[in-house]
Amino acid sequence: MPETIIFYLLAALAVGASALVIGQRNPMYSVMLLIASFGALSGLYIQLDAPFVAVAQIIIYAGAIMVLFLFVVMLLNAPREDGAEWDRTHPLRQPGITRWGTLLAGLLIVQLALALGKMTDLNAPVATKSDATTVSSVTELGRSLFTRHTFAFEATSILILVAMVGAALMARREGEQ
Amino acid sequence: MNLSAYAWPVAVGVMIFITFNALIIASAILVLAERKIMGFIQQRYGPYLVGPWGLMQPFADILKLLFKEELRPKGADKWLFTLAPVLAIVTAFVAFATVPFGAETTLFGLLDRPIKLGVTDVNVGVLVVFAVTSMGVYGIVLAGWSSNSKYALFGGLRASAQMISYELAYATSLAAVILLAGSLSLREVVDSQAGTWLGFIPKWYLWFQPLGFIIYVIAGVAETNRAPFDFPEAEQELVAGFNTEYSSVRFAMFPQAEYINMVTMSAVATDLYLGGWHTPFIPDSIGWVGFLLKVGFILFVYIWMRWTVPRYRYDQLMTFGWKWLFPAAVINLIATAALVLYFNA
Repeated sequence: MPETIIFYLLAALAVGASALVIGQRNPMYSVMLLIASFGALSGLYIQLDAPFVAVAQIIIYAGAIMVLFLFVVMLLNAPREDGAEWDRTHPLRQPGITRWGTLLAGLLIVQLALALGKMTDLNAPVATKSDATTVSSVTELGRSLFTRHTFAFEATSILILVAMVGAALMARREGEQ
Repeated sequence: MNLSAYAWPVAVGVMIFITFNALIIASAILVLAERKIMGFIQQRYGPYLVGPWGLMQPFADILKLLFKEELRPKGADKWLFTLAPVLAIVTAFVAFATVPFGAETTLFGLLDRPIKLGVTDVNVGVLVVFAVTSMGVYGIVLAGWSSNSKYALFGGLRASAQMISYELAYATSLAAVILLAGSLSLREVVDSQAGTWLGFIPKWYLWFQPLGFIIYVIAGVAETNRAPFDFPEAEQELVAGFNTEYSSVRFAMFPQAEYINMVTMSAVATDLYLGGWHTPFIPDSIGWVGFLLKVGFILFVYIWMRWTVPRYRYDQLMTFGWKWLFPAAVINLIATAALVLYFNA
């Protein structure tokens, strides 16, 4: 029972912190919330009896990568993003390609919701826990990822692609082709 | 008398209590020791007015800080400014959680099974210490950024660059010892160093890893931001570096975290290289005495170094870290791996 409570606490922290990361106007807060989210994830790994993965998560992500993030944010002295110059018209009413992009984004949201809804028997383990050779086996993991969870996997990969394209678009300077 | 049913959880609680307070007291002793040794090295008395031989000086310091006003600059970020010192001190305490400091004991037969001296024992102990100390940099970086002051910001920037650079050499020197011991658990690393040759030469990893030990200590000094690597503070250039804008208890947390980090660094060095609680001529049942002696010696070297060696230039720090210390650590690791392979095969 205490394990369940701790699980829900950590899960709520991970999801809540991740959601707040995108809601922040101050990049510094986003970085800190991301670290909190990584910490909660590492707690979940400990609950899964994987202390090495948990510590690696802290060392690599929270310890090394996020320090680099912080360094960049501090060096660039990224300002608070203020919503003043933001175009507040509804995306569907905006001209040209924005409208189609919005439609595609809506489609992606529906897809992700479907994928989440289709994720059944998550409790079923990939392999039995005592069978140490298969539980960490890449084959088993890959098989389950590409058969039972194909749809969720593909929907997520599109989301990541969109994030990459979006980052490239935003980094491009105005007027540059 | 059968206390065992209740004695066990109580004993674990007592162990946490003792470790926590030992760290606080250790930082108080270090404040005094630092000023006394500094006085000795600079040929003056050091503190001598408060209590006999100035022994109560740390308490006077703490009282003074407690009664100071807490200031916060107008442009400072309210949340991060408060969070930064808390982060620094929490990570300092947590890092000690997996450091063992003594052999198993039943506390003179009070417990039905032996308790391990140390807060907890996990099978990836070395990595936990490393992970938590690497989180300590956030306290300093955030303090520097949230103060909204150019000196503090420079201190924070230097801290992050310095700690990323020296963490590599630090971790690589750790890895060599882990290879020798074949375990990530600090307790197992210590126990693999038990025994002596010819009755008086201890089987410490120091003899196998002299270069690794030196790299570990140097990287440790840089990780704890102590002179000659105290760039995040660098009084002559940055006023007081990352903690320029801090006062009162918030300020007190930074030096205390630094002293606790020093203790952790020395304790881990003792466990990894100096055989932990295995000391010749001291029985293992009171092995923690030997442990304390060794930790005390390393701490003395720390202070000695601070008041003897002047601060480097920043480019020298980076050159030394990347062009000398890290390659040396890598060579040490490869040589150790080759020798372990050769002798185990």
